[in-house]
Amino acid sequence: MTFNVNHPILFGLVAVIIAAVLGQSVFFLVKAWKRGREIGMDPVKLRRITVTAAVFTIAPAVAIVISVITLAKDLGVALPWLRLSVVGSLSYETIAAANAESAMGLTFGQVSALTASQYVTIASVMTLSIMVGIWLVPVLAKRMQKGMVSLEKRDKKWAEIFQSAMFIGMIAAFVGYVFCDVSTIFHGSAAGLIPVCVMAVSALVMCLSGVLVKVVKARWISDYALPVSLIIGMASAVPITAWLG
Amino acid sequence: MKKYDTYMDKVHHWGTVWNLSMMVILLAFPVVVGVLFGAAPDLHGLVMGLVATAPMYWAVGVIETITYIPMLGAGGSYLSFVTGNISNLKLPCALNAMEQAGVKAGSDEGEVVSTIAIAVSSIVTTLIIILGVILIVPLSPILNAPVLEPAFAQILPALFGGLGVVFVSRNWKIAIAPVSLMLVLFIAVPALNAGTVGIMVPVSVLFTLGVSRILYKKGWL
Repeated sequence: MTFNVNHPILFGLVAVIIAAVLGQSVFFLVKAWKRGREIGMDPVKLRRITVTAAVFTIAPAVAIVISVITLAKDLGVALPWLRLSVVGSLSYETIAAANAESAMGLTFGQVSALTASQYVTIASVMTLSIMVGIWLVPVLAKRMQKGMVSLEKRDKKWAEIFQSAMFIGMIAAFVGYVFCDVSTIFHGSAAGLIPVCVMAVSALVMCLSGVLVKVVKARWISDYALPVSLIIGMASAVPITAWLG
Repeated sequence: MKKYDTYMDKVHHWGTVWNLSMMVILLAFPVVVGVLFGAAPDLHGLVMGLVATAPMYWAVGVIETITYIPMLGAGGSYLSFVTGNISNLKLPCALNAMEQAGVKAGSDEGEVVSTIAIAVSSIVTTLIIILGVILIVPLSPILNAPVLEPAFAQILPALFGGLGVVFVSRNWKIAIAPVSLMLVLFIAVPALNAGTVGIMVPVSVLFTLGVSRILYKKGWL
């Protein structure tokens, strides 16, 4: 069998794995839904959560498709399809693939045809280097959950602050990241302000949505406020980049 | 309470079975490709590639797992660490869903809402990628169009602008110190950028927990 990076067999193998990933998601969705009904949660509320999560996911998922296209130039379509449908991200997969290619004397972005051996090597590096979370969650999740429950029993208020602090800590890191290039203004370029302006637009849309919810008393607006602020923020990047970039 | 424990025990059982099975399936992919095409990995390339990549991502993986489990909940953690894109998609999606549903992370309802949001997000992402793969030839020139490039390049600022304003405004006392620290670090240290933001999340979380503890002990929260 002659190998090429877009061989139908590769697509077949990846399709089987993706089906398993989908199976896990559907399994947990059904179990959580049943549990929600069991503890008396309103099905309308559960449906609203489902629709909001689906709408919110569309734009980031399209960005992942672009990542598949980017990586496909070197690796064919099947491997990036697999890697970006499971744990990982464009930055990780690019670094892992580039390191594996470099170790074999290849240059990332300039590969015309991989051999089966090179392909297996790259796939192995990409897979092995990101495996930690998959097996570590089963090892740690139960213990950590018990720890959180015992923390709540000891001091309920601190347990709530603890949760909020974790979320804020994560958000603070990303807010900082948005500002990482602002020092470019001292070198005569305003390009570093583009993400800051985009974040400001998105935050403004979110605030306006909050005001709108109170003024027109339409609860549904808040369900879609985050996806809408995300889309308008992304759309604003086009004129902002033209202006500052 | 007994029933809740039973459900959580089941979640851990299912999660363990699913995640370990997925790990085996994912590891099998390069092996099966090698067997079918009669190709062994390039050992030098494999070792050198792993040496250059694995240590950092294994360390980050351990820290991320410990950081994200309390935020994602049990079901959400098992799913997220298989389907990936946690900080840029699954966690914001779960956070938004819990916020909209008015439930707290770690509660019975929070566990349900977080798991549903992450499962739906995983399914939608997988389906959109499948659609993208099927339509890759006509879609490539559209998605790679220069006019759209800035929009997709700014997805994280657009996401955390909306999400940040909600959480920071509600927890501003907790937020002041970590946001200030992260701003100073990201502006002053050139090595901190898109590639290293994942490493800074646990740092920021630990710092925020420390500051919050002090504020709480002083009675300011």
